[in-house]
Amino acid sequence: MGEALGVVRDAPRQYARIARLWVRSSLSYRASFAMLTLASLLLTFLDFVGLGLMLHLIGDLDGFALWEIALLYGASGIGIGVADLLIGSVEQIGQHIRSGTLDAMMVRPVPLIVQVCADRFALRRLGRISQAVAVFAWAAWSVDWTPSKVVVALLMVISASAIFFALFVTFSCIQFWTQDASEFANAFTYGGNTMTQYPLSIFPSEVLKSLTFVIPVAFANWYPCLYLLDREDPFGMPGWFAVAPPFVAALMCVIAGLTWRTGVRRYTSTGS
Amino acid sequence: MLYVAIATRGFRRYSTYRAATLAGIFTNCVFGVIYSYAYLALWAQRPDAGGYDATDAVTYVWIGQALLMTVALWGGGTTDDLAERIRTGDVAIDLYRPVGLVPWYLAADLGRAAYHFLTRGLAPTVVGFLVFDIVLPGSAVATLAFLVSMVLAVVTSFAIRFLVASTAFWLMDQSGVKMLSGLAALFLSGMVLPLVIFPEPLRSIALALPWASYLQTPADIWLGKRVGADLLAGLGLQVTWIVVLVGLCQVVVAAATRKVVVQGG
Repeated sequence: MGEALGVVRDAPRQYARIARLWVRSSLSYRASFAMLTLASLLLTFLDFVGLGLMLHLIGDLDGFALWEIALLYGASGIGIGVADLLIGSVEQIGQHIRSGTLDAMMVRPVPLIVQVCADRFALRRLGRISQAVAVFAWAAWSVDWTPSKVVVALLMVISASAIFFALFVTFSCIQFWTQDASEFANAFTYGGNTMTQYPLSIFPSEVLKSLTFVIPVAFANWYPCLYLLDREDPFGMPGWFAVAPPFVAALMCVIAGLTWRTGVRRYTSTGS
Repeated sequence: MLYVAIATRGFRRYSTYRAATLAGIFTNCVFGVIYSYAYLALWAQRPDAGGYDATDAVTYVWIGQALLMTVALWGGGTTDDLAERIRTGDVAIDLYRPVGLVPWYLAADLGRAAYHFLTRGLAPTVVGFLVFDIVLPGSAVATLAFLVSMVLAVVTSFAIRFLVASTAFWLMDQSGVKMLSGLAALFLSGMVLPLVIFPEPLRSIALALPWASYLQTPADIWLGKRVGADLLAGLGLQVTWIVVLVGLCQVVVAAATRKVVVQGG
């Protein structure tokens, strides 16, 4: 038990040490680093410009004004942004398996997940987060704040990060079985992000139900945002879903952890 | 014949990864579904936006998913190999082959595009047809013109990606330029939102740029929005941009081989 605690305690420091190396390495191609950071910021910004152009055309989307969509967009963007910055590299697990570097990682005295997640740590992903924060802040300006809304908003941002964190890990584990299917995870991570940029009421109720009970990304922003916006759920889901995100996130992280363990146990190396 | 051989190898290289293809098709379909509902919501409120009706709009979404990998909108394809070979210095070997750098990589990229069209192009289109009842091209002429336009789209995208990869001769690493170029492509091809519903003057500007070739032009041909002289004008603009861009590629290759000391040599 004491040993396990020690591992958990050391993990952030070990992570930081590896991450620092990658930051230094990426700074050695300065032109690329500057452009990549800018691009990472612009990438998600263009998504928002797309939404803006849409709203420019129709005034509101399914009854949601631009600033309300911006709130949804910002919350989802911060969530996936933080998860992507910290552990987005877990997507590369298939490459580590193919090239055999995973074997090398396994014999090092640092937990495997820390090494895989810190590998190729990319500071440029801060570009994406800062853009999402800016959009969120702009939308938050129009929210009618109360103390309980502040709490819900804080829990939302933390839980959203944890939910995307769990999605990245869980679906990347598929690569323990099929190494070249990394793109499969994108449907859930980036797909989940794209879906939650829209008011979920534009989707049929089957979609909403799957996003609530199967792949629960709706908890990353939709239910808490409905509370922040003083809106009734158009699908009649209970109001307490607004405070459910931390529990959903915790459950998803447990599932992600179990999937990871199963994957690693099953791993037998490529043998080459 | 040589180029056919190169293209075949390009095709086979990608067809090795079957699980990756399946995963990619799945992802294309998920995004197709998401954007379909988003566009349906938009067109429910403005049923004639951009001269499209709701069915046209949903069809546009699925054409977009089909062309995304075929034209390698995000970059990638054989030009990524080129950039890596420039960085490591292996490009020196490419330069003394008795074949031009541009046609060599173009042939391989056409092979790749053929594979991506047959898998990640066709499969999502079938799904879109079954689930969202998208429209098919109205005539044999439209089908043929769409295919021609798509090939022109691949060549246009190749030329742009080749120019991006060539920046590695000076910057050593293409990744920053590649991502910025991918962004321009994403937005100006109409992948984020159809160019026809952009507000003026953005709409006219975007339609005149080479990226319109990636999606908007082929999609308009498919949807029957471009017929007769309009269709020829669309294809003509695609060809014009290809001439300009491939010309630029040749200039850049000439400049690079004359001035740049290859890494490691």
